[in-house]
Amino acid sequence: MAATDADRGLNAGARPGTAPTAHGQGADPQVRVLIPSGALGISIDPAALETGLAMAPDIIAIDGGSTDSGPFYLGTGTCKYARASIEREWAMLMRARARLGVPLLIGTAGTCGVDDMVDWMLEITAEIAAEDPAGVGAALKVATLKSSQSPATLAEQFSHGAISALEGAPDIEAADFAACSQAVALAGAEQIQAALETGADIIIAGRATDTAVIAALPLARGCHAGGAWHGAKIGECGALATDNPGSGAILIEFDAAGFTVQPTGAGVQATPHTVSAHMLYENADPFVLHEPGGHLDVTGARYTALDARRVRVEGSVWVATDAYTVKLEGARQAGFQTVSLVMVRDPHYVAHIKDWVEALEAAFRARETSNVAGDFELEFRLMGQDATLGALETQVMGIEGGTDGVHEVGVMAIITAGTQVQARDIARLLNPYLLHFPLTENEPMPTFAFAFSPPEMDRGALYEFQLNHVLRLADPMAAFVLETHEIGVSA
Amino acid sequence: MSPGTGLVREIRSKNAGPFWVTIDVFCRDADAFEVVRTRLQTAEVARVLQADPQRLKRFDISDLHVIKFSLPRPHVQGARLDRDMHGASFAVLVQEVLEAAGRSG
Repeated sequence: MAATDADRGLNAGARPGTAPTAHGQGADPQVRVLIPSGALGISIDPAALETGLAMAPDIIAIDGGSTDSGPFYLGTGTCKYARASIEREWAMLMRARARLGVPLLIGTAGTCGVDDMVDWMLEITAEIAAEDPAGVGAALKVATLKSSQSPATLAEQFSHGAISALEGAPDIEAADFAACSQAVALAGAEQIQAALETGADIIIAGRATDTAVIAALPLARGCHAGGAWHGAKIGECGALATDNPGSGAILIEFDAAGFTVQPTGAGVQATPHTVSAHMLYENADPFVLHEPGGHLDVTGARYTALDARRVRVEGSVWVATDAYTVKLEGARQAGFQTVSLVMVRDPHYVAHIKDWVEALEAAFRARETSNVAGDFELEFRLMGQDATLGALETQVMGIEGGTDGVHEVGVMAIITAGTQVQARDIARLLNPYLLHFPLTENEPMPTFAFAFSPPEMDRGALYEFQLNHVLRLADPMAAFVLETHEIGVSA
Repeated sequence: MSPGTGLVREIRSKNAGPFWVTIDVFCRDADAFEVVRTRLQTAEVARVLQADPQRLKRFDISDLHVIKFSLPRPHVQGARLDRDMHGASFAVLVQEVLEAAGRSG
């Protein structure tokens, strides 16, 4: 059965931190956050989850995505993971929530956190509720927090000076904002707290900072602000801050002075080293983490082993800023791609692979460019040579450096053009060259290996990240939409 | 990645958002940290990464025995010319710098 609002002390309209809590309040706040996995969709260890539930968490919080898999997911507004994985793991967490009567919260729903992915998660939630009302609760209140931004509105805000660039941002203009196919703002603790205040059983948030979904409740209940953000950073990837990153679940206990980390997988240990080292992960500055409304500084943090499994952390500092800003992410379409991949096994050609590709490309461009409608980009990457590092590659092979250890090379031709049809046609023009192009004129016509028929593989649209900027807000909720929904309520 | 040297436990690189990459060198202990921090000359790391030395950030974290480098990505993650979606391969280059410095004494 679903918990009531009074059970959780999160009545709609109540101020954060003023309602009674299960684990302490007022001057002695205590909040336990169970993070069952680094991300929904990559698997949840049932035993580790069960152990975590036995520790009586106040909330179950999980991340649903990030930019880490590239711009395609934001550009298209889609999820990286299989729907079946999301359904299976979300159902586990919905049942866990119902057993404990605590909120279940996901941030950055559907990998990219656009509004459509929030609706997708809401749909999945409703389906699970309909299939298993006894397990997940017959009547559920669900809050949705949406983060999508209108690219046209962002262009106006940029023109009016409300958007500023972060270090390393591309040099772009207002029109570049408008060109984004999708754009989102990253919600912080304030927006997540607003969702919690609705008293919802389940909160489905769009794009949010990984840390905000963990820090929001501890902050709302008066826990140490530096500790709340630091603990959230440590817990954002589940058990990655332990000696067994694949073990999944972790529980962070927040209080008035700091936080305590405890993994829930069998035999898994958190140590001062594993915990402190996680501050480095995916973070350009090992001591500072920027969030909406301020930044975390862990320069003075102290890490103490309480026992073989648990680590206590104190001394982190939260530095609030006067201006409230939220980070923006946006992706735009940058053409369409077709890829051809040919394998070269002939030792003569392997030994001269770079010369061969250079001659092939020169011949193709000289003979075929006039047959191509529109602009295009053609790039070759030589797998077995320098496909990974390109100009940074330090190992010289081929005719200059010999071919020791190299017996075949994969030649990947990447064509980018304005439409998929154009990209595919160019790949078809290129095909005879990849199949038969001779290294010199006076040698037998070679034939190289294609794995497929047809050999061309359409990649669809290419998307590129466009924004590395922040949007200034007078009201933290101004860029977000919070709604509540009743699920499973009989008419 | 496992660097195969007694000085270092792990060298890893990863995106720090779509526009930056960060490289962490985990040394085995305090003594190894002192050796590695000397061998990993910032100018040489910048050279092999073809990075602007002014924009290559270095952090020597003695408590953790870690040396960390952060830099803007050569190409924005997932852009047409990007070759490594997660930025995982930059670690190899730093390992090579360390090994070369060790060979030269």
